[in-house]
Amino acid sequence: MKKELTRQQYVDLYYYMRLNRAVEDTMVKLFRQNKIVGGLYSSLGQEAISVGSAYALEKKDWLAPMIRNIGALLVKGVPPRDIFMQHMAKYDSPTKGKDGTSHFGDLDNLHIVSPISMLGDLIPVMTGVAMAGRYLGQKIVAMTWIGDGGSSTGVFHEGLNFAATQKAPFVLILENNLWAYSTPVRKQVPVENLADRAKAYGIDSYIVDGNDVVAMYSAAKEAVERARAGEGPILIEAKTFRRLGHAQHDPAEYVPKEMRTYWEARDPITLYEKYLTSEKLLDAKSKKEIEDKIEALLAKEREFAENSPMPPAELAEESVYCTGDDCHKIRAKWERPVAEVTPPKSSVAAVWTVPGFGSGKGSGGANAPIHFGDAPAATEKSVSERKPPAKIATKTGAKKPLKAAAASASRKARR
Amino acid sequence: MAKMNGAGTKEAAAGGAQVTFLEAIRQAMFEEMERDPAVVLLGEDVGVYGGAFKTSEGLLARFGWERVMDTPISESAIIGAACGMSYLGLRPIVEMQFIDFIVCAFNQITNFVAKGHYLWNAPAPMVIRGPSGGGVHGGPFHSANPEMYFVHTPGLKVIYPSTPYDAKGLLKAAVRDNNPVLFFEHKFLYRRIKGEIPAGDYTVPIGKAMVRREGRHLTILSYAAMMHTSLEAAEALAQEGIEAEVIDLRTLLPLDEETILQSVKKTNKCLVVHEDTKTGGIAGEIAAILCEKAFDDLDGPVMRVTSLDTPVPYAPTLEDHFLPNAKKVFTAAKELARY
Ligand SMILES: Cc1ncc(C[n+]2csc(CCOP(=O)(O)OP(=O)(O)O)c2C)c(N)n1
Ligand SMILES: [Mg+2]
Repeated sequence: MKKELTRQQYVDLYYYMRLNRAVEDTMVKLFRQNKIVGGLYSSLGQEAISVGSAYALEKKDWLAPMIRNIGALLVKGVPPRDIFMQHMAKYDSPTKGKDGTSHFGDLDNLHIVSPISMLGDLIPVMTGVAMAGRYLGQKIVAMTWIGDGGSSTGVFHEGLNFAATQKAPFVLILENNLWAYSTPVRKQVPVENLADRAKAYGIDSYIVDGNDVVAMYSAAKEAVERARAGEGPILIEAKTFRRLGHAQHDPAEYVPKEMRTYWEARDPITLYEKYLTSEKLLDAKSKKEIEDKIEALLAKEREFAENSPMPPAELAEESVYCTGDDCHKIRAKWERPVAEVTPPKSSVAAVWTVPGFGSGKGSGGANAPIHFGDAPAATEKSVSERKPPAKIATKTGAKKPLKAAAASASRKARR
Repeated sequence: MAKMNGAGTKEAAAGGAQVTFLEAIRQAMFEEMERDPAVVLLGEDVGVYGGAFKTSEGLLARFGWERVMDTPISESAIIGAACGMSYLGLRPIVEMQFIDFIVCAFNQITNFVAKGHYLWNAPAPMVIRGPSGGGVHGGPFHSANPEMYFVHTPGLKVIYPSTPYDAKGLLKAAVRDNNPVLFFEHKFLYRRIKGEIPAGDYTVPIGKAMVRREGRHLTILSYAAMMHTSLEAAEALAQEGIEAEVIDLRTLLPLDEETILQSVKKTNKCLVVHEDTKTGGIAGEIAAILCEKAFDDLDGPVMRVTSLDTPVPYAPTLEDHFLPNAKKVFTAAKELARY
């Protein structure tokens, strides 16, 4: 437990975990009333991860949630009504009913990138966010999450490797909750600590008790600041457990009872409450105040969400494309002198320097040899100048005369 | 400071020059990066080496490491990262070393990049470009025309030019567009086709076809390398008194229905020529559009000359058989003209 947290920060972490759980409890009620259009996921028992890690970010930083990161959205400033309405496919929801769950974002204010269902895809996307932020001089950090199962995807590897080669200011939280739908972690990844994968990318990693919110926050805070300082991406493995099924439909009978019992005794909110009480950071009165505040807030938010209409049918046809400046004024926000990235300042020697061996340059430019599938320019071949080919009717294809040259060239320069 | 690696400014400034298809593409990227520091380039071997086909020759020397990025061989990561960059207002250009490899990033493109604006109001201005097409004996994995996978994806724009003028103007338009644009560069044209381009900045509008040759007996619709094949066939048809109107589609998504319908309503016959394979090619889509919107104007079946429904074979004898050519177009057009 770190000393550098203020009293307010300790209380904030508690508040957001309670809010996270209460929001999800409310959605279970809505689900049972058939008011939720699709499936409903739960982060029960994993609240400390979402809340602790997102709390380490600054306002200007970017995050992208996965399905079990409602807590991160709340910390970043998303009002609970948006989360309710997303799940209920309401017109006033952030996606106006076009997508559900945590699939929404906010480019302009909150700096949230919407996930897609395909696991792992956010990793390269958030790498790009981190790279662009650095390029523009914004000193931001990008963060996203991935499950133990999602870490088996190809794009997890591609993305983290790319982030590492670019030293992108990117923090990846790997929530190892021991299950990916019905498949235990050992069938996903045959290593004890998923954090060990960081070694393959030459980056640093942390292993954290994912049910200890202060530990989670401390590790994330350190990682975020190191990434911001230019140390490159960092992987944090949070050890935890998925307390419910994959989603509401799944009773998860494949999980051994003993396992569930073990982890239920390690509920992150209960543990933290004990800690706060023993450290005299929370008393019965302030706890009650927080509970009342959440209850009042969610009653209001839920009412708003329930009263929002379904989207009008014609909306289905709208907004496939951005129509231009009237639709989105796309402007990069420069926080460094543009002159640094424009000629003449940007100009460099286009060479690779290999330590101990000196430098070598790219190619012979205009005199570069002919490359795979390439052939010398045929000046006479401009469209308007084509000769009336009487021969066509016999056999010659347009490409015919040039093929022999191309074939021999390509044979030389093949792959 | 390194000596500038002759990157196209001089040529562009001189203007009115005959340039290759490849040079036109290089100039477009060069000038767009010059114009707007939000434009960056990333891809495999695009920096020091200047790209496998030299389309980015000299860009690193001028714009530096932050804007011209040599990446690992990770198509999903490259396109995913470009998407993330676009969210912060950058306009990345991504090179696929060969367009065949674009399918390695299929999911990123069709699910992430293409759907963002519709779903959560997030435009992703980016260009994904690369050498495509056959006729150079590149074999089954270096000759593909995968445009239709993407024409079937709402949210993308798909361009496939045939002349240096269009390649430069359309690539510039693509960089400035607020949507993700796929830009196919037929590698057979890279150094074989030269054309005049004007001095200074210009763009060619996305979504507009162009009449390359006027005629009254039938309409031939084509694009990319087959555009030239079609023009060659039209020339031969003219010798026999058949005046074909040849239209260059240039953009496949969105398709310029207006120009197509206008021509077919005049000629009453339509032949579609493409190098893509037959089943699921754009010709089928065009036939459906004509049935819906010009059925009464048709005097004959909508015909198509396309590649065979096979992978692109390697041996020259096989590939020649696989590809359309001017003779096949000529024969089909004559048959259609008889109606
Ligand atoms: C690429 C991909 N394949 C399959 C799925 C279907 N799917 C959704 S969640 C899930 C399990 C994910 O497990 P894990 O990554 O451990 O996350 P957790 O559910 O434990 O939070 C699967 C298989 C998917 N969303 N994406
Ligand atoms: Mg899991």
